[in-house]
Amino acid sequence: MKIGVYVCECGSNIAATVDVEDIVERAKEFPNVEVSRVYKYMCADPGQEIIKKDIEEKGLDRIVIAACSPRMHEPTFRAVLEDKGLNPYVLEIVNIREQVSWVHENKEEGTEKAASLLKGAVLRIALMEPLERKKVGVTHKALVIGGGIAGIQASLDLADMGFKTTLVEKTSSIGGKMAQMDKTFPTLDCSQCILSPKMVDVGRHPNIELLSLSEVVEVDGYVGNFKVKIKKNPRYVLEEKCTLCDDCVPVCPVIVHDEYNQGFAPRKAIYIAYPQAIPASYVIDPDACLGIDPLICSKCKDVCGPEAIDFDMQPEIIEEEYGAIIIATGYETYPIENIGEYGYGTIPDVISGLDFERIISSGGPTGGKILRPSDATVPKTVVFIHCAGSRDPSKHLPYCSKVCCMYSTKHALQYKHVVHDGTAINFYIDIRTAGKDYEEFYQRAAEEDHVIYIRGKVSEVFQDGDKILIKSVDTLTGETVELHADLVVLATGMVPSEGTKEMASLLNVSVGINGFIREAHPKLKPVDTAIGGVFVAGTVTGPKDIPETVSNASGAASRAAGILSQDELEIEGTVAKVEESLCRGCGMCVEACPYSAIELKAVNKYGHTVQVAFVNEALCKGCGSCAAACLNGAINQLGYTDGQILELISALGEQ
Amino acid sequence: MSFEYLEFGKEEKDFIEKIEEISGQNVYSCYQCGKCSAGCAFSSSMDMTVNQLIHLIQLGQKRRVLEANTHWVCASCLTCTVRCPREIDVAALMEAVREYHLREEPEKIIISEIPKKAYDKLPNIALVSNFRKKTG
Ligand SMILES: Cc1cc2nc3c(=O)[nH]c(=O)nc-3n(C[C@H](O)[C@H](O)[C@H](O)COP(=O)(O)OP(=O)(O)OC[C@H]3O[C@@H](n4cnc5c(N)ncnc54)[C@H](O)[C@@H]3O)c2cc1C
Ligand code: SF4
Ligand code: SF4
Ligand code: SF4
Ligand code: SF4
Repeated sequence: MKIGVYVCECGSNIAATVDVEDIVERAKEFPNVEVSRVYKYMCADPGQEIIKKDIEEKGLDRIVIAACSPRMHEPTFRAVLEDKGLNPYVLEIVNIREQVSWVHENKEEGTEKAASLLKGAVLRIALMEPLERKKVGVTHKALVIGGGIAGIQASLDLADMGFKTTLVEKTSSIGGKMAQMDKTFPTLDCSQCILSPKMVDVGRHPNIELLSLSEVVEVDGYVGNFKVKIKKNPRYVLEEKCTLCDDCVPVCPVIVHDEYNQGFAPRKAIYIAYPQAIPASYVIDPDACLGIDPLICSKCKDVCGPEAIDFDMQPEIIEEEYGAIIIATGYETYPIENIGEYGYGTIPDVISGLDFERIISSGGPTGGKILRPSDATVPKTVVFIHCAGSRDPSKHLPYCSKVCCMYSTKHALQYKHVVHDGTAINFYIDIRTAGKDYEEFYQRAAEEDHVIYIRGKVSEVFQDGDKILIKSVDTLTGETVELHADLVVLATGMVPSEGTKEMASLLNVSVGINGFIREAHPKLKPVDTAIGGVFVAGTVTGPKDIPETVSNASGAASRAAGILSQDELEIEGTVAKVEESLCRGCGMCVEACPYSAIELKAVNKYGHTVQVAFVNEALCKGCGSCAAACLNGAINQLGYTDGQILELISALGEQ
Repeated sequence: MSFEYLEFGKEEKDFIEKIEEISGQNVYSCYQCGKCSAGCAFSSSMDMTVNQLIHLIQLGQKRRVLEANTHWVCASCLTCTVRCPREIDVAALMEAVREYHLREEPEKIIISEIPKKAYDKLPNIALVSNFRKKTG
């Protein structure tokens, strides 16, 4: 065995705190070391050439590099080994930058630590076996879950790239929250006008299969090869037959609250969510309809000319395979009835931001007239309370919901455009306008439309006659203030939707403390998750505005395409391996594995059927949790076997 | 602490409009950064800072604006005007409040009747504004 040791100075990054010459000299004495060298930048081309030349001339068969984190350059150096015909796994990288020079000041101690880490690596690599990277095939088809603007954008991008894509939406139409909005900041362009062309594109794209009223109920498999079960609930109206004539609606006797209009308008049991809905078809709400039983009522069926109504439709389970999955199940608004002092749910003229979107929408319940819920009069003074739920770690949400400063400004401005002599007052803690053209939008609202901003958080609101008494503070003058308003709009914060929580647990992706899905890396991998082949788009990872949601979705689509465009995927060789003869089938590893990569299978051992752990190498991330959990030492992580780790520890213990 | 009651009626709006008309400034442009007050050499002598006064103008709080000494202490040095990031001529706003004050009570200052010892206390700018008003 011939080991080559290479120490990197990393400019002065390492050399300043570690005596590199000294550890290079010491390494020459370690067992099996054939050559030991130092170079200024090992990762640079000349550095790589030194290693290549030594492998060739000295016949090295193991390489140890003391440099920065393997997260940085492991792929670079693995390629060097492969280039010279060595197995890429007979390489060990010792991180003497992040783990030594950057965290120590004393050069002597730093040098000692670097030397023992290096020795451990040399001892460990001597026990390293060449590992094999397995290959798995790829299903060239994508699954997008959630049909808000994030899911719509991701599906369109994937479909345009030529990948068959299934878009699964829980409700009767795609569109999500954006479909409920009237106008969008900072341009004030009409939300439906920019959204509906994209919705139509989804509906007729030959590469997109749209499954509305559907939910993903089971996911198995791994990157490139997910096996998914989707439950498609009955619409009771045949999409292809319904002509949107609306004849069924007047005859339907059942009236319920219309959720699209935030409950401010009624709808029938047979309805269409809104005129631009996609799929463009009416739907029967089975909870409202008189039992989906033609014997009790079949009034709509009787009048439906094209015979589009079918009361006998049943839920279907669709089983399909996908290569990549994008979660785009969006957000919900914070349940502001939790903030007792703001009176939502008890004071009728205290409404939420989404309520206001419907009230001001020309397609909404008031036809675009701003009328307050209690008495349908035009409010003369409207108070917008920012951070309703957000930025309140003691009782509500600790984070800033990012869009509500902007949408409250938008609402105030829209209100002033309709009620010119009205007064719009924003009570805020800070005005956050971090987005292109956002600050200008806010300044315009104040300057041109005379929207008033008072810094201070409202403490309480009361019904006072037909008005609402607001008690607050003006921290700019340091005084407590009171005023009467006709309407109060709460800038409701964002929370992950129920669907987002469900999908996170179904797909085993981790969620952060606030329930939003955790990205693989918050900066460098914002649309990846820790699970290979599962990506995230839009507000599932945290509050976002529409521009950010859309670019996020395009990012997720292109990351997914990176997988879908391959015929085979290579799997890391450092996976867990079970020694069947030692395994006693206790299942502790199954519990320990954060990626659900291990299952117990029945095998025949000496004539008896017993349970033995089995690792799905495509799912295994090589984290080693199982190896640590196994009391029998039956499961080992290749590349980090117990024997190798013990060598490392013994070297560290020498000092 | 008692609550200041905020109203946004005609009286408030008229006051804001009048100040805007006299000064030629848009009071709503002010986003309360406070740079005017930070640079004002006389802030420590004012019972309310310049930006606070402007904020009260935005809220139409006429009585409280007129009660403040801020605009009388202002020496029209124009430091605020030069530094305001929103390009507001802050000194013109101070002048407008002074003018508003004097127009409200035009007979208040009759030069000949001012007692000799009051001259020590009376801000020069008050007299200047008064003369200017009377000369149209
Ligand atoms: C009052 C208000 C006003 C706003 N105004 C603006 C604005 O003017 N400009 C701007 O840029 N941003 C604005 N925003 C922010 C904007 O709403 C979001 O950025 C955007 O809607 C996020 O889209 P999304 O696709 O991530 O989520 P969503 O719109 O929530 O879409 C998620 C979709 O997934 C579906 N779904 C959920 N669970 C499941 C499941 N289990 N299976 C299948 N489907 C599921 C839902 O039915 C929905 O269709 C505003 C937000 C609010 C609250
Ligand atoms: S009557 Fe039939 S075709 Fe017409 S809207 Fe209703 S379901 Fe569709
Ligand atoms: S965006 Fe504005 S209103 Fe919304 S939570 Fe953040 S600071 Fe509060
Ligand atoms: S923990 Fe060990 S013994 Fe138990 S099932 Fe897993 S591999 Fe087998
Ligand atoms: S400097 Fe200008 S914007 Fe800032 S507080 Fe003074 S007047 Fe307002």
